[in-house]
Amino acid sequence: MWNKRREEESKPSTPPGASAVVPSAPAPTAPKPIEVKKESTPVSSTPVARVEPDSRGGSATIGKAVKIVGQIYSKEELFVDGDLEGTLEALEHKLTVGPNGTVHASVKAREVVVLGTIQGNVEAADKIEIRKDAKLVGDIRTARIIIEDGAYFKGSIDIVKDGKGAPKPQAAPPAVTSAPTPAAAGAPGSPR
Amino acid sequence: MLPDRLKGLLRGVLGSAPSGTPSKPAESLRSLFSSRHGSGVETLTRSSRGLQEFFNYIRGQSGLTILDFGAATQQNVSFITNLGHRLYSENFLQLLKESFSADAGDQSNPGRIEGFLKQALDYPEGRFDGVLIWDVLEYLSPPLLAAVVERLHKIVRPQSYMLAFFHSDDKQEAVPYYTFRIQDLNTLQVDQHGSRQPVQLFNNRSLEKLFSRFGSVKFFLTRERLREVIIKI
Repeated sequence: MWNKRREEESKPSTPPGASAVVPSAPAPTAPKPIEVKKESTPVSSTPVARVEPDSRGGSATIGKAVKIVGQIYSKEELFVDGDLEGTLEALEHKLTVGPNGTVHASVKAREVVVLGTIQGNVEAADKIEIRKDAKLVGDIRTARIIIEDGAYFKGSIDIVKDGKGAPKPQAAPPAVTSAPTPAAAGAPGSPR
Repeated sequence: MLPDRLKGLLRGVLGSAPSGTPSKPAESLRSLFSSRHGSGVETLTRSSRGLQEFFNYIRGQSGLTILDFGAATQQNVSFITNLGHRLYSENFLQLLKESFSADAGDQSNPGRIEGFLKQALDYPEGRFDGVLIWDVLEYLSPPLLAAVVERLHKIVRPQSYMLAFFHSDDKQEAVPYYTFRIQDLNTLQVDQHGSRQPVQLFNNRSLEKLFSRFGSVKFFLTRERLREVIIKI
């Protein structure tokens, strides 16, 4: 009984309406298998060296032992410390690419923080931060940009005021789903 | 700014170096910087006529596309984009280091030169309205330099301008390694990271020859023995 209670307590809490990244929740329109390399470490409990995902208001994590090929739509904050290829949209939320994260994708989010690597074009409606030792190869479209010394950036920067660059939310995708398709896997956002 | 004593030391050492022993200034310079600053970085703020000229030419316009060969810095990104321009950032020296081995002969290999151009300067004809080259051309071997200059001539729109820096003492064997940060229309913050070995140094004549295909070349000689050059396409 004590053991059971401790087990329950140790599970990550998920707010109503939000779900963690789970392979069992594919998009309704494309129920194809996703490529997930899973090691013994659980997805949501991967230790993060420099930045912890903000747990307030719901945050999904793709751990560093996870690889996803496909399309991701997120309706909550997303922390990517693993490998991701395809497209990634968190239109009204913050995306953080952790120090171990490698994203080969076109990215659209309200706010993007990069500590790892992004190869692909990025649209960040509010702002993008490229931290020291991060690497971003691709074109950026955003309202504000912060680049720390020591960051590597190759590409173009378009500053868009008055929300002209803000990616608009699309109609009701699942909270966080991955819908891998061969086309998406083979066509990540090309920087140039 | 450099303290007067340091300036005097640099001038004395660099000015009196015989051509047969050019490595001594670099060693002196490196030891001076590292002894005075633990991190080896000296930050200077200086006015720049070249930068002023560059911005004079694009003043009053917006929506231009500017290529920056320095590592992306917050200052340069903010300054260019606040003027209403689009900035392309290309960490030229980093890419150079990754593309070629330490052997200078490697920069003469046609295949590798082509590969480098494809990575660094693969843009459509006339894409850019201005280029901030800074001092990177000093680190290119003659064949690679010729290829890069040729490619710049193609990808920069006619009647546009480029800003390049060259050290004016052609007897130096090592030159200060800089990061340039734009403070305002005619002021640069210069971070000096010790010294680095250039592949070649230039005088006015060799620069005119290098850019002979271009519309015009204008020189500004600064107190820091840095020649600022505005090249019109």
